[in-house]
Amino acid sequence: MKIAVCVKEVPDTTAEKRIDPSTFRLDRTSGDKMLNEFDKYAIEEAIRLKEAGAADEVVLVSMGPAKAVDSLRTGLAMGADRLVLVSDDALAGSDYAGTARVLAKAAESAGADLVLFGSEATDARGGVMAAAVGEVLGRVWITSANSLAVDGGSITVERQTDDGVDTVQAPLPAVVSVTKAINEPRYPSLKGIMGAKKKPQEVKSAADVGADAAQAGEAGAKTKVVGIETPPARATGTKIKDAGDGAQKILDFLIERKLI
Amino acid sequence: MTGAPALTGTHREIQALAREFAEGEIAPHAGDWNRDHHVPVDLVRRMGALGLLGITVPEAYGGAGLDYTALCVVMEEIARADAGVSVAVAVQNGLAQQPILHHGSEAQKAEWLPLLAAGELLGAYALTEPDAGSDAAALRTRAEAEGDGGWRISGAKMWITNGGFADVFVVFARTGAGSRGISAFVTRTGPGLVVGKDIPKLGLHTSSTVELTFDGMRVGPEAMLGAPGEGLRVALATLDGGRITIAAQACGIARAALELAVEYAGQRTAFGGPIARFQGVQFPIADVAARLDAARLLTLHAAALRDAGRPHTVEGAKAKLVASRVAVDAADMCVQVLGGYGYSAEFPAERLYRDAKITEIYEGTSEIQRVVIARGLLGDAARG
Ligand SMILES: Cc1cc2nc3c(=O)[nH]c(=O)nc-3n(C[C@H](O)[C@H](O)[C@H](O)COP(=O)(O)OP(=O)(O)OC[C@H]3O[C@@H](n4cnc5c(N)ncnc54)[C@H](O)[C@@H]3O)c2cc1C
Repeated sequence: MKIAVCVKEVPDTTAEKRIDPSTFRLDRTSGDKMLNEFDKYAIEEAIRLKEAGAADEVVLVSMGPAKAVDSLRTGLAMGADRLVLVSDDALAGSDYAGTARVLAKAAESAGADLVLFGSEATDARGGVMAAAVGEVLGRVWITSANSLAVDGGSITVERQTDDGVDTVQAPLPAVVSVTKAINEPRYPSLKGIMGAKKKPQEVKSAADVGADAAQAGEAGAKTKVVGIETPPARATGTKIKDAGDGAQKILDFLIERKLI
Repeated sequence: MTGAPALTGTHREIQALAREFAEGEIAPHAGDWNRDHHVPVDLVRRMGALGLLGITVPEAYGGAGLDYTALCVVMEEIARADAGVSVAVAVQNGLAQQPILHHGSEAQKAEWLPLLAAGELLGAYALTEPDAGSDAAALRTRAEAEGDGGWRISGAKMWITNGGFADVFVVFARTGAGSRGISAFVTRTGPGLVVGKDIPKLGLHTSSTVELTFDGMRVGPEAMLGAPGEGLRVALATLDGGRITIAAQACGIARAALELAVEYAGQRTAFGGPIARFQGVQFPIADVAARLDAARLLTLHAAALRDAGRPHTVEGAKAKLVASRVAVDAADMCVQVLGGYGYSAEFPAERLYRDAKITEIYEGTSEIQRVVIARGLLGDAARG
């Protein structure tokens, strides 16, 4: 079995982000970049499946600028086998659907039976890419996996929901996004870092992976950002004065928001 | 701030790994560990699996096969999280491994380096004695020849880092008279070696520092490192490199102090606004920032010379002299900027203040670094 893990280069989470006011796009030209934190959980899970003998190859799949190879190599240092980065000027300005079409093609051409995602990217925080890629591929897709087991041609996933944990079984091929509860990602070792340089890191065009650039990029985008605004400052919190019913009021507040 | 221009892509990746590990596994516990005088030996061993305990050991011996620059980059990141943990890393990669790497026989390298690099064995370096510190040539520990070519070691060693848990000791002992009568040995702990209790210290509470008593400890002929009588040369060559790692440690402590001061100055308000708007707060921060970058460049320069196989005794001494002073001044500045909170054990400032001082003392005091630098300039005239 082959696993593709879809990964993304994002701006350093500790740095301040800047939106270009003319394009409404995130300024990706300056500042330090890193592998999206959430993706490490998906990479770790894939490597564990490989170590357990359930998979024979872990391919990192990404779309982004060619320079992103530098950040994504962290995943190779952790233990993934190779990287396929789709980088094409025609893809700039892709919306979620466009990106999903390209990632789906890239994962498919890598021969992936199982496609893994982190739960979201720290820059856009959409959290929809696993579902979108699943739809494009016409495969079963399961989000928010807290655990993942592969048994021959099927997978068993425990999903976190608002009400509890659902156990879901599905046939392969499938697309799964994992939560941060699924594992504790390993630190890459120095040997891993050195070894990663020698692993295949292919930068491909949209056509190379069989994706139609016209269906992606700014031209193919079905959504258009027409404006951006800073969110209004948060209202000050509610103060609860205890008049004997303080605890109940706090309970009600938490229940109303489904926090407990 | 840490984007030193000398660093290549590989060094930056290693820096990122060390930083992630230090921020994730060390920094969150550093306050508690130091308060409790807990030496996190398990954590140190775990670093072996990441390759952080055999950074300069060639791949053929199970190490990462990297250079001293990489070691310095790692040292700064670990020291920024906790100075005590970082000195364990410095001793393992430096003082314990370098004498074997550079003066050991093929058999000694094959025996020790893979286990040390993996963290399966932890090492210590025993040169200093109760009555011989800066004047290392005055050491009195003896190694007496046995009939079978082995040796019997007797004497006391003082201030031995990692000593409380080390499996392997590089020991310097007298096999004859004078400075040419000292030999180096490498041995596992064993009968005849009595390890003392951790010596209470001003700081560095996560580091084990002990007195060792060699009570006629038997070592075989294969324990001698380098030729008989070459021990002082081995010891000093090792310290030439060790100093650079301590300079990097000092940079890490200084950086922690600087970052804490900057953060605090932006948040603490007095007289109607953040204290960061006072020039009296800004200038000490600016001075430390400039001097820290200078210290780091000196450190990386000395490391680069060592990596290129060029003389680095004087450059290492300069780096340690400057960086250790920056660490002490930065910690002092940090306590001052934090005011009463700086003096509180609830904030890391006072720990940095206590930890920083050691960098001016071990692996050659600042006076000794000046002696080394002066001799480099003045030659025989300096010896009087
Ligand atoms: C926490 C800690 C960990 C240590 N770890 C180790 C270790 O792992 N292995 C090891 O072998 N040692 C270790 N040491 C020992 C350390 O290297 C020595 O303490 C140091 O070299 C100074 O020696 P000393 O303490 O005997 O001081 P001394 O040599 O007695 O010096 C006392 C003072 O005299 C000054 N002085 C001495 N000679 C001169 C001179 N020629 N010119 C001007 N001033 C001079 C010194 O600078 C100092 O100010 C450690 C020490 C400490 C505190």
